[in-house]
Amino acid sequence: MVLEKVTEILKNYSDTEGVNITKETTFKDLGIDSLDFVEILMELEEKLSIELEIEENFATIGELVNYIEQKLK
Amino acid sequence: MSFTILGTGSYVPQKILTNDDMSKFLDTSDEWIAERTGIRQRRVSVDEHTSDMAYKAAIKAMEEANVKPEELDMILCATITPENASPSVAIMVQKMIGATCPAMDISAACSGFIYVLETAAGFFARKKAKKMLVIGAERLTKMLNWNDRGTCVIFADGAGAVVLGEGDDYLSSKIGAKGDDDIIKIPNHIGLSPYFEREAEEPYINMKGREVYKYAVNHMCMDIKDVLEQANLTQEDASFVIPHQANLRIIEAVAKKLSIPEERFCHNIEKYGNTSSASIPIMLDEMNKENKLKKGDYIVFCAVGGGLTTGASVIRWSK
Repeated sequence: MVLEKVTEILKNYSDTEGVNITKETTFKDLGIDSLDFVEILMELEEKLSIELEIEENFATIGELVNYIEQKLK
Repeated sequence: MSFTILGTGSYVPQKILTNDDMSKFLDTSDEWIAERTGIRQRRVSVDEHTSDMAYKAAIKAMEEANVKPEELDMILCATITPENASPSVAIMVQKMIGATCPAMDISAACSGFIYVLETAAGFFARKKAKKMLVIGAERLTKMLNWNDRGTCVIFADGAGAVVLGEGDDYLSSKIGAKGDDDIIKIPNHIGLSPYFEREAEEPYINMKGREVYKYAVNHMCMDIKDVLEQANLTQEDASFVIPHQANLRIIEAVAKKLSIPEERFCHNIEKYGNTSSASIPIMLDEMNKENKLKKGDYIVFCAVGGGLTTGASVIRWSK
């Protein structure tokens, strides 16, 4: 469920059409820089009603998804 | 009773430092800086103190306003980079222009100019002033760690000034603060006292860019909405938004989240970088000198800065 939410939001920040987004995909692969990343976290905070640590670094989509899943527990 | 704007002026140092110039001593590039900040070049003072720049902006504003130094009832200057702890930048300007009125600095980092306008409005409301000179002036390049590519490509030098007279064009305002010395901090030199035992911190701008981005985008959106509502205006009524020139990405993100058309958000950060409290009056002066402002226009100012401080206001342009 979290992976789907993240994937959906990523569409607004990167041309993901035809790209198979998996947990192994990196933000760098998608051309997402640190400030896009903050926007993505802000959208996730709003959509999932949680608070996320903005200075945290994640290389892959999977790392972000795991982090959020921990937060939701 | 509040105030009306009688004249504007600005000054930036002659020396231009491009992103390519900075790539010569930093691991960075024009593309990297421009993509993340919008900045292409900035101005750097080589021999002017903050008050020298403030003075040069002030005389231009007074010329346009046709106000003489002896007519001024107060000078306020927003700055966090005064060359002296005392006299203040405002008093140095008083001396240089030959005025005799009281003068003081206000320290609210990048929100400084909004704080100064709010303070000025109080003097007019109490009928303590008929004419005031308000300034935002900074020489931020003296507080940079020139090895930190995350901050030293952003901040720069410059000054903007506005002459205010009695009127009713300050329509609404909001200032705020949230004590936080973690997200943005600029320590002063610790001094030479042999008795003081605390460890010295490096006197440079320290900033957590992502936290600033988040706080700025959220607050600017909220504050712009609030001050427009206070002034009984809709977002569509805003002729221009002059945000503090913190980062083009912040300005674009705010524009995207509001229903004010993006082209009404003014920016010149491409040319001048982030000049903290000077950025709003420099931008206002540029708009004025390019004849972009029409009588009756509603202009929204907004800023977020170290402190953390925040603020926004709506003025009507009556010139």
